[in-house]
Amino acid sequence: METYQHPDARGYYGQFGGAYIPEMLHRNVEELAARYTEIMEDESFRKEFDALLKDYVGRPTPLFRAERLSAETGATVFLKREDLCHTGAHKINNTIGQILLAGRLGKKRIIAETGAGQHGVATATVCALKGLECIVYMGEKDIERQAPNVARMKMLGATVIPAVSGSKTLKDATNEAIRDWINNPSDTHYVIGSVVGPHPYPDMVARFQQVISYETKQQLKEITGNELPTHVIACVGGGSNAAGAFYHFLDEPSVQLVAVEAAGHGVHSGMSAATTQLGKTGILHGSKSLLMQTEDGQVIEPHSISAGLDYPGIGPLHAHLFSTGRGTFLNATDEEALAAGFHLAKTEGIIPALESAHALAALNKLELTPADTVVVCLSGRGDKDLATYMHAMNQ
Amino acid sequence: MSRIKELFSKKQQDVLNVYCTAGFPETDSTITVIKALQDAGADMVELGMPYSDPLADGPVIQASGLQALENGMTIALLFSQLKTLRQHIHLPVVLMGYMNPVLQYGFERFCADASACGVDGLILPDLPEYEFENEYSAIIKKYGLDFIFLVTPETSEARVRRLDDLSSGFLYAVSSSATTGKDKDFAAVEQYLARLKGMQLKNPVLVGFGIKDNQTFRSASRFANGGIIGTAYIKAIDGAADLSKATQTFIRGILEN
Ligand SMILES: Cc1ncc(COP(=O)(O)O)c(C=O)c1O
Repeated sequence: METYQHPDARGYYGQFGGAYIPEMLHRNVEELAARYTEIMEDESFRKEFDALLKDYVGRPTPLFRAERLSAETGATVFLKREDLCHTGAHKINNTIGQILLAGRLGKKRIIAETGAGQHGVATATVCALKGLECIVYMGEKDIERQAPNVARMKMLGATVIPAVSGSKTLKDATNEAIRDWINNPSDTHYVIGSVVGPHPYPDMVARFQQVISYETKQQLKEITGNELPTHVIACVGGGSNAAGAFYHFLDEPSVQLVAVEAAGHGVHSGMSAATTQLGKTGILHGSKSLLMQTEDGQVIEPHSISAGLDYPGIGPLHAHLFSTGRGTFLNATDEEALAAGFHLAKTEGIIPALESAHALAALNKLELTPADTVVVCLSGRGDKDLATYMHAMNQ
Repeated sequence: MSRIKELFSKKQQDVLNVYCTAGFPETDSTITVIKALQDAGADMVELGMPYSDPLADGPVIQASGLQALENGMTIALLFSQLKTLRQHIHLPVVLMGYMNPVLQYGFERFCADASACGVDGLILPDLPEYEFENEYSAIIKKYGLDFIFLVTPETSEARVRRLDDLSSGFLYAVSSSATTGKDKDFAAVEQYLARLKGMQLKNPVLVGFGIKDNQTFRSASRFANGGIIGTAYIKAIDGAADLSKATQTFIRGILEN
């Protein structure tokens, strides 16, 4: 059967993916590609991973029927509560998986990049749990706007290194992490935080995040009697929460998969991160995907109010969903996301991460009917964004 | 015979390849710098094409690329600068860069224009050998360009042989797994270079990364056919009042006995 779930043996989803890496990374990436499925399918690995997801992360996360939001929207709206995961976002599903896997590969030193700081916190957390050295690269600009997460990482024992090159955000933190890996080829594992990077990262991270839709399906069946929703909505930075939320619905054509990108000040304002709207096929961080770039192939510095969506590319799975039409790609501006965040706080008593607020903003952009069942992936909680929310409140 | 082949047929020892960034320090200094290197006694030039996200490069070469981009450097501009290359330069010139700008320019158009300017070869470190064989090697060959792969101390013997087989011109031995501009423990490097030398490879071998002075250059030349200097040279011309003079002084320092 043709499937959207897995790439081919070379890591391609259609024309997107692959492993465009310098020779200095070859051995590590090849070892990972050769071993990740075998390790992930191993019985003892599964047991340890599932137990940590249950007892440490607090899974399964609830699927919450948002009554007031449903009444307003005219459809049945469920929130998949990834914000209730330990550390406050879906990111920890992946960091537990990758750090257990790194242990099986004999790696003692863990490095990561982070944008909003959620992936950095999730990595630092699991390193503390496992007693591993942890180094997190974070753009200087993000260190400023996500101060609480920087403090959390430090408290958890991680070293936070500012990325001062380029736009000083997620893209540059990723460059620095990759350079660190090049310089430390034998003892280090690089925990990438989204479904980006060279093969096998996009597939590996999607597999660690698939638990989101696996649970959603079971929960929907229990609550509504039907395991299939009509829509799944998720925000897309690199695309890991979306990959997890879509995964078990990818090959169910009746389910509309809605990916929401950050439009920043507006798609055509020159201050945006809406990759599918502005990007062309290109290569960044080791894979071929859609990429915001100049005519000369220089990567464009994106903008979003949400540090976790401030990335000029998307994972190759999503580029494939976009180019085949399997996915519906919408976007929300900074302003729309802020409004959606405030609105969820007032209607459902939940303060969402600014990233997740982009997904919520898309509820107003879909034509929904009472027959529709919509699942919104609430990828994270908004504590880290309080300064930004308060700033907006005072305007 | 290609210019690179011709060079190695005449000289198997102490071959000095120097890296410089196109459009650095000034937009229009590309040819000036190559000419200065030729006059100072370099044997080959590796001309870097600036990119916003150069993964394999350390801070010094990154900064030179950023400066070049700020100077307005693009691939199209580079080829217009290189139109007169062969009026001044007889040294082999290889272009080094990352895949994305080349793809945007159009891979075949890029090879055609490079070849028309008299460029001799390409180094694209993030083009993996699988993609090279599948899609690109025929185009590269069609335009008579050499293609140079990198090997590192982590590269297995079987893979070194495969990359040697796919390369033409020379093989680029990265001295240790690192980004450019890192200092190396040369004793460990020598062991690895001795291993490469023992393999009797098809191509000449040039050692790059961490070569910065007379001593490291001599050391590289003992086990390989020569070395590639990048970071140290960029530092030497950064802010120099007279590019030719700074280049003369630098190259003399490398080659002195
Ligand atoms: C809460 C939250 N949601 C979403 C994202 C975006 O990442 P991805 O697209 O990989 O899910 C982030 C990234 O930091 C995040 O913290």
